Amino acid sequence: MTGPRSFVSRLDFIGTRRYWFLLSAILVGISLLALGGRGLNLGIDFTGGTSFAFTFDRPVTTGEVRAVLEGFDLGTSSVRVNLGDPREVFVKTRFLAPGEEDAVRRALEERVSPITDASTERVSALIGRELVLNALWAVALASVGIVAYLSYRFDFRFGVAAIVALIHDALVSMGLVSLIGIEVSAPFVAAILTIIGYSVNDTVIIFDRIRENLKHRRKESFAEVANRSVIETLPRSINTAVTTLLAVGAIYAFGGRTTQDFALTLLIGITLGAYSSIFVAGPLWVAWRERAERARRGPLQPAAR
Amino acid sequence: MTEREFLQLALTVVLLGGLAIFLHVTRRHVLMLVFILAVVAGSVYYFTVAHSVLEYIRLGLDLRGGTRMVLQAYDTPEVAVTEEGLRAALGVIRERVDRLGVSEPNIYRVTDQPRIVVELAGVTEREALDIVSIANLEFRRHDGRVVVTGKDLRNAQAALSQANEPMVLLEFTPEGKRKFSEATTEVFNTPGCPGSAAPECRIDIYLDQDLVQSPVVQSPAIEDAQITGYANLQEAQRVATILNIGALPLHMQVEEVREISATLGQESVARSRVAVIIGLTAVVAYMLAYYRLLGLVASFALVVYMLLFLATLAGINAVLTLPGVAGIVLSLGMAVDANVIIFERIREELRTGKTFRAAMESGFIRGFTAILDGNVTTLIAAAVLFKFGTGPIRGFAVTLSIGVLASMVTAILFTRYLLRLLVRARLVRPGPLLGTGAAVPGRARS
Repeated sequence: MTGPRSFVSRLDFIGTRRYWFLLSAILVGISLLALGGRGLNLGIDFTGGTSFAFTFDRPVTTGEVRAVLEGFDLGTSSVRVNLGDPREVFVKTRFLAPGEEDAVRRALEERVSPITDASTERVSALIGRELVLNALWAVALASVGIVAYLSYRFDFRFGVAAIVALIHDALVSMGLVSLIGIEVSAPFVAAILTIIGYSVNDTVIIFDRIRENLKHRRKESFAEVANRSVIETLPRSINTAVTTLLAVGAIYAFGGRTTQDFALTLLIGITLGAYSSIFVAGPLWVAWRERAERARRGPLQPAAR
Repeated sequence: MTEREFLQLALTVVLLGGLAIFLHVTRRHVLMLVFILAVVAGSVYYFTVAHSVLEYIRLGLDLRGGTRMVLQAYDTPEVAVTEEGLRAALGVIRERVDRLGVSEPNIYRVTDQPRIVVELAGVTEREALDIVSIANLEFRRHDGRVVVTGKDLRNAQAALSQANEPMVLLEFTPEGKRKFSEATTEVFNTPGCPGSAAPECRIDIYLDQDLVQSPVVQSPAIEDAQITGYANLQEAQRVATILNIGALPLHMQVEEVREISATLGQESVARSRVAVIIGLTAVVAYMLAYYRLLGLVASFALVVYMLLFLATLAGINAVLTLPGVAGIVLSLGMAVDANVIIFERIREELRTGKTFRAAMESGFIRGFTAILDGNVTTLIAAAVLFKFGTGPIRGFAVTLSIGVLASMVTAILFTRYLLRLLVRARLVRPGPLLGTGAAVPGRARS
C-alpha cells in the first residue's frame, strides 16, 4: 500500500513520548502559574454580587453610567458598553439589596436615559460559596466514579492513566481560560465536567483497542501494541473531534453572548481532550507497564532504556 | 388528548405496525426503506414546518424571560426555622403567585436546606420581590406598642365596598382578631379620637421599618377589619399584597435573583435555533464528505436522534434551558461518535477482505464495547452534574444524559437496521460510495 495511509502507519506516538510529556508538562506548568498568579476571572455566580444588562433608548458611554454609580458609592463597579450595540450596558457590582438596586436603576433612568430592557442577576456570597464547594465536589466525585468504572472494565493502570489525562485536560483548560480572561460563571462547571467526560470517552476508545490488541498480538511489545492501537483509532479520534468541534463552533459563533464563553471553554477542552488521549494517556500507560515489567524482571536485568 | 384523538393515534400505530411487520416478513427491503424515510420525513415536517417543536417543550426562564429567586429562611429571636414553617411559607408563596395569575409557576423546596426556589415566567424582578418580600409586618400603636404581627394576619384582600369604594379586607386568626379588636376599641375610646385624624387615633402598619399606611380607627374592629380610603382598586390591591407578604411565617432572605427580560429570552431562542441548524448542517456535511453513503445513513440516524431526543425531553416534561441547548448542539457532534467508531471498524474489516455484509456485522459487534465504555463514563459525569448542579446546570445534565442514551440507541439499533436493509436491498457495494474505495484499491471485494 502506498499513499497517505502508509505514512500514517509509520507515525510513532509512543516512541516520541518524551517530547509529548515535556509539552504537556510545560502546558500544565503554565496553567498552574496562571491559576496561581492571575487566578480565574470569577463571575458573580461564584463571588456573589449583582450584574445588570441594561438597554437604554439611546447609545450611552461608560462614563455616563459610571457617574451615576459613583453617587451610590459603586464607582469601582465594572461597566462595559456593548461595542456592537452601544445602547446596551453591562454592569457588575457588589451584592445589592432590593431597595438599593431599585434606586440605582431609577437614578440611571433619570440621569442617563430611559431603560427599555433590563436583565438582572443578584447572587449572595452564601450561594457563591456553595457553588464553589459543589463544583469541587462534582469534579472530584466524577473523577472517582470514572476511575472506579475503568478499573472495573479495564484495569487499574488504564483507570489511572485516563485520570491523569483528564486532570491534564481540566487543568490546562482552566489555565487557558484564566490566561484569556474568560469570565467564569455557573455553566463553566458544566463545561469542565463535559470536557472531563469527553476526555475520558476519547481515551477509552483507544484503551479499548489496546485491550483488544493485547489479546491478539502477544508477541508485540507494549509500545508496539499501544502505537498500533493509537494509529488504528486515529481516523475515529480525528473525525469525532472534528464533528464535535464543528457543533461547539456553531454555538460559539451563533449562540449569542450568554453561551459564547461556555462554548469557547468547550472548544479549548475538547481539543485538549483529543490531544491527551493520543499523546498523554496511551504513552503514560506504556511507560507504566514497561516500568512494572522491568521491575518484575528484577534488578539483575539492566534497564534497556 | 380527547378520546377520538387517542383512538386515531392507536389506529395509526396499529396500522403502521402491521405494515412494518408485513414489509419485514415479505422482505421487501426497498419498500421498508422508503417507508422509514417517509415516516422520518413526515415527522421532521410535522415538527418543523407544521408545528414548532418548541410547542411541546417547556422552556426555562433564560429562554422565555422571567425571574428566578432563591429564598433562604433564617432563625430569628421570635421564630425558629422549622419544617412546618417552611411548608407554610411555601404555601403562602404559592397562593400569592396563583393570585397574581402567573402561568406555570415553578415553586419548590430545596431538599435538606431551609430554602425555597421560585421561578416565575414573564414576571419582573420587582414584581417577584413584592410577592416574596422578606418583610416583617407589624400593626403598631402610636406609642410603638405592637398590636398584631404578620403571624396574626391570615389574609388581606382588596375589594369594593357596598358604596363602591375600594378597600382592603383583613382576616385575622382567632387570636389576632381578639388582639386587634381590643386595640382598636382602646384607640377608638381614647378621648377626642372619634372623628379625629390625630396620630394617637391611628394604627400604623409597618413592613420591616417602612410605614405602609396609617389608617385612622373609625370604629372598633369587632369582627373582621377593613381599611378604606384608597384612590382606586389597584392601590388597595397593592396594599393587600404587601399585607399578605407580611404573613410569611418565617424570616426569609433573598439569596439569589435572576431576571431575564423577555426580549433577551426570545433572542436566545432565535440564536439557539440558528446554532442548532448550523451545527447540524456542519456535522451532516462533514459526515457526507467523509463517509459518503455511510455518512448519509449516519446523517439520517442523526435526524432520528434529534427527534428521539426532543420527544424524550417533551415526554419527561424536562425544562429546556440555555445551557441545555448548548448540550443539545454538543451532543450532535458527539452523537455521531458511535457511528464513526462503527464505520471505522467496518472499513478496517473491509480491508481484511471481508464482504460488506460480514464487515458490517462484525463492525457493529467489535465497536460495541468501545461505545458502551465511552458512554458510561459520560453518564457518570452527567449523573454527578445532576446531583450537584442547580437550575440550568441540572437542565444541562438531563439533556446530556438523554443525548448519550438516545445516540446509543440510534447509532447502534437504527443505523444497523438501516444498513442491513441497504445490504439486503442490494443498494450498497464497497467502493467510493462508502468512502472506503480510494484507500484500498481492489482489496475490499471478495
